Order: sequence, then structure tokens, then C-alpha cells
Amino acid sequence: MIRVEKLSKTFDSFTAVNNISFEVAQGEIFAFLGPNGAGKTTTIKMLTTLLRPTSGTIELDGLNPAHQQKEARQRFGIVFQDPSLDNEQTAYENMELHGVLYHVPHKVRAQRIEYLLKLFELWERGDDYVKLFSGGMKRRLEIARGLLHTPKILFLDEPTLGLDPQSRNQLWTHVKHLNETERMTVFLTTHYMDEAERVAHRIAIIDHGQLVAQGTAAELKARTNSESLEAAFLALTGDSLRDESAQSADQMRQFAKMWRR
Amino acid sequence: MSAIYILWLRELKRYLRSRVQIVVSLGQPALYLVALGFGFGPVFAKAGAGSYLQFIAPGVMGMTVLFSSVFSGIAMLWDRQFGFLKETLVAPVPRLYIMLGRTLGGATVAMIQGVLILLVCLIAGFRPQHWISVPFAFVFVAMIAIVFAALGTTIGSVIKDMQGFQLIMNFLVMPIFFLSGALYPLSHLPLALSIVTRMDPLSHGVDGLRGALIGTWRFGFILDIGLLGTMAAVFLGTGAYLFSRIEV
Repeated sequence: MIRVEKLSKTFDSFTAVNNISFEVAQGEIFAFLGPNGAGKTTTIKMLTTLLRPTSGTIELDGLNPAHQQKEARQRFGIVFQDPSLDNEQTAYENMELHGVLYHVPHKVRAQRIEYLLKLFELWERGDDYVKLFSGGMKRRLEIARGLLHTPKILFLDEPTLGLDPQSRNQLWTHVKHLNETERMTVFLTTHYMDEAERVAHRIAIIDHGQLVAQGTAAELKARTNSESLEAAFLALTGDSLRDESAQSADQMRQFAKMWRR
Repeated sequence: MSAIYILWLRELKRYLRSRVQIVVSLGQPALYLVALGFGFGPVFAKAGAGSYLQFIAPGVMGMTVLFSSVFSGIAMLWDRQFGFLKETLVAPVPRLYIMLGRTLGGATVAMIQGVLILLVCLIAGFRPQHWISVPFAFVFVAMIAIVFAALGTTIGSVIKDMQGFQLIMNFLVMPIFFLSGALYPLSHLPLALSIVTRMDPLSHGVDGLRGALIGTWRFGFILDIGLLGTMAAVFLGTGAYLFSRIEV
């Protein structure tokens, strides 16, 4: 369903993603893990046509997103790392707008919006402005919105960041359910190892822009002789803190962007 | 096409829902009208130039449409900040449609503002020379709105923070306003200034409004419409191009 070959992204002199290759099968839940600034979000942005790769190829459901952008976009749903809702519109209007942009036929649209808002327990709040929603509700709405056009692939970039355990638990239950019932492929990133272990069929770990390991949670643990996925993760990526380098890398990236324009 | 419509509708809804903002955005032009219109009125009349209120009302209309439409484009900064921009950028519709929906929505809001300020002008005592030519004023309001909404989108596609916004305000939008002849007649200016004012699209918008409302033309209908039309095409083109290049 997703095929990535020798993918790289360079921001001027900084290489955010360095020659990575992997495949995700249809119906698979694939977790993409890595420390801050390792290149997770950059990879997702390239997969979802928001960034042009410097080199390498991407295939989504047999399509090349660089050339068949519109078709590719129609096939995936995405929940971004930071919110992307229109706060000044109601939940229903946010769904409606998405439905129009994604060519969901008028009749089906109303039904699907109702179904999804009910599924994510937001139906009663459908006519409230999104700015009045809590963080958890916003996340749920974003996922509901991402599913509106029945995508074949769902990208989730740290969807549980800042959520309480209840919301996280509920969110993954939904995602697993959709994956099982609709055979939807899921590509996710997270910092919570227990989540990755619980929901993902396969895991890839990226560090400094390079893939350091791929496999099931059990395989990764066996390979590193670790008891938990967290220990395996630390064994593979080292235990030095990344915040500093990640931040300066972010700054550099922004700086580079600024001067390119 | 429905993508253009839904984004146009979004702009309109946002405007109609923020009642406070509607009042606030009419406050400044109303102040210009009253303070300058009546304040400079006697001086203007003494110079033998007639009623300053009559003169400045079309200028204040032009100013309202200018600010309203440029701001609508720059409001993209907020959509960038709050993330909504991404949702539209990753949608399976041509970026051109997204850009057109936003721009036309902003232009529509600016037109409404322009009409509202005309009502304020009427209340303040402004009277069009011939009511029959008022529809032509709406044509110019629409042209100004489209030109500057497209310029706003162009700017909004490039700037990423508030500093950029300040820069644009001080070195682009304010000069466009002050050099347009909205507040003073463009005759007897030093040569350099005269050339600059002729290149300012708002000069032609305000000139058109004066022509339609009080019957005085400086550049003439054909030149005004022609220049505004050309500018609209240029800004829509660059805006569409730069919008299509946005990476988040």
C-alpha cells in the first residue's frame, strides 16, 4: 500500500531524512518511531505530498504522488501533529467543508458525517464551534474528519500528544476497530512505546534521518535483548537527549525556509 | 467548483459571525470621514475646492475596501498559525481553486464593507451627484476589492509571522493608501510623486469612485477600469503561483 525507496529530504545543508526505504502492506498498522527531530514528521509530510522529496520515490496504492497528486490525496486521510481545524466553524461545518473538498457526494456526505460524529461521540456537539472544544474532542473530530472520505490509508502524526489516558485508549480502540473492519492501512508516529506495541503490527525506528530498525515489537525486543519496547528503542537510538539538537535543527530549517523565499 | 464555493462561504460566514469586528472595522473609516471631512472642510472650501466631505467620501470608501481586502488575504497568517491552512493544502483539489475561493471570499467581504461605509457616508451628509451612476461605484468597489484581495493572498502566501505583517503594512499598504489621492487631490503634485500616484492601483479605484459618485474624473473611466483589470489579473496570477508553492 505504501512503498518508499531511497527517500531523502535535505534542507540546504541539513539532511532531515537520509535514504530510507520501507514498505507497508494493505491493512497493516505501521508505527514510525524516533526521537525528536529524527525525521518522522518530514517523512509524513513527504508521504502526504506536503513536501517535495529531494530524491527517492514514493508509491501510495500504486500511485506516484509526485505526478498523480490529486488521486493520491483522495486516497489518504491525515491527522496532523498540530491541530488543523477551523476554530471559527462548528464541528459539522468542519466535516462538511472536508467532504466538499474531498468530493464526497452530497447524499453520502450527510450520512457519513452523522455516522462518524456519532462514532466519535461528538454528534451532540455537532453545532458547537470548535473553539469551545477540549483538546481530546478536537483530536477526535480531526480523526473523524480524516475518515470522512473513506481513505485507504490513514496517517496519524502523534495523534495522542497531550491527551489523557482515557482519550488515548478510546482513540486507539477506534483506530484498531476501523483497521479490522475496513482493512484500512494506518501509518502512525508516536512517542508512547506502549501504544506502538499495543496497536502496531510492525514498527520502524528512525534516528538522525536514517532507519535503524524494522520489524514487529517482538523482533525488535529480541534483536536488542530488551524486555520492553522502550528499552529496545533506547538501545537502538541511544539515551542522549535530543531536544537541543532537534530545536536547533528546527530553527535551521525555518531559517533555511526563510531565505529560500 | 464546489471547492471554490465552500471556501468563499467560509470567509463570508466568518465575517458575518464576528459582529464586533464589523463595527470595529467601520470605526476607523467613520473617524476619517468625520474628523477629516469636517476638520479640513473649512480649509478646503476656502481654497475654492468645494465640499471636502463630498471629496473625501469616495476616498474613505476606497480606503475601507483596500484595508478590508488586504487583511482578508493576510488573515491566512492565522490559518497558518492555527493549522487550518494545511487541511486545505492537502485536499485533492487544485490549489488554484483554494486560492480563488479564499480571495473571492475576502473580496466579497470587502465589498460589503464598502457598501456599509457608503451608508455611513450618506448618514454623515454625503450626497452622490447623480443617483443613476451609483451602480458604477459598485463596479469600482468590486474591482478594488478583487485587486487587493488578490494582493493580500499573494502577501499571505509569502509572509510567515507578525514581523512580516508589520513590514507589509508600513511599507506597502499604508503607502498605497496615502499615495492614492483618497485624502487629497492629485493635481499640482511634484513630478516624482505624481508618477508614483499614477502607478498606484488605488488611485484609479478612488478616481473611478469619484467619477461615479461626484462626477469628477482625473484619469477617466477607460484608464481606471483598464488598469484595475490588469492589476487584478497580475495579482491573481502571482497569488495563484505563490499559493501553489506554499510548503508547510
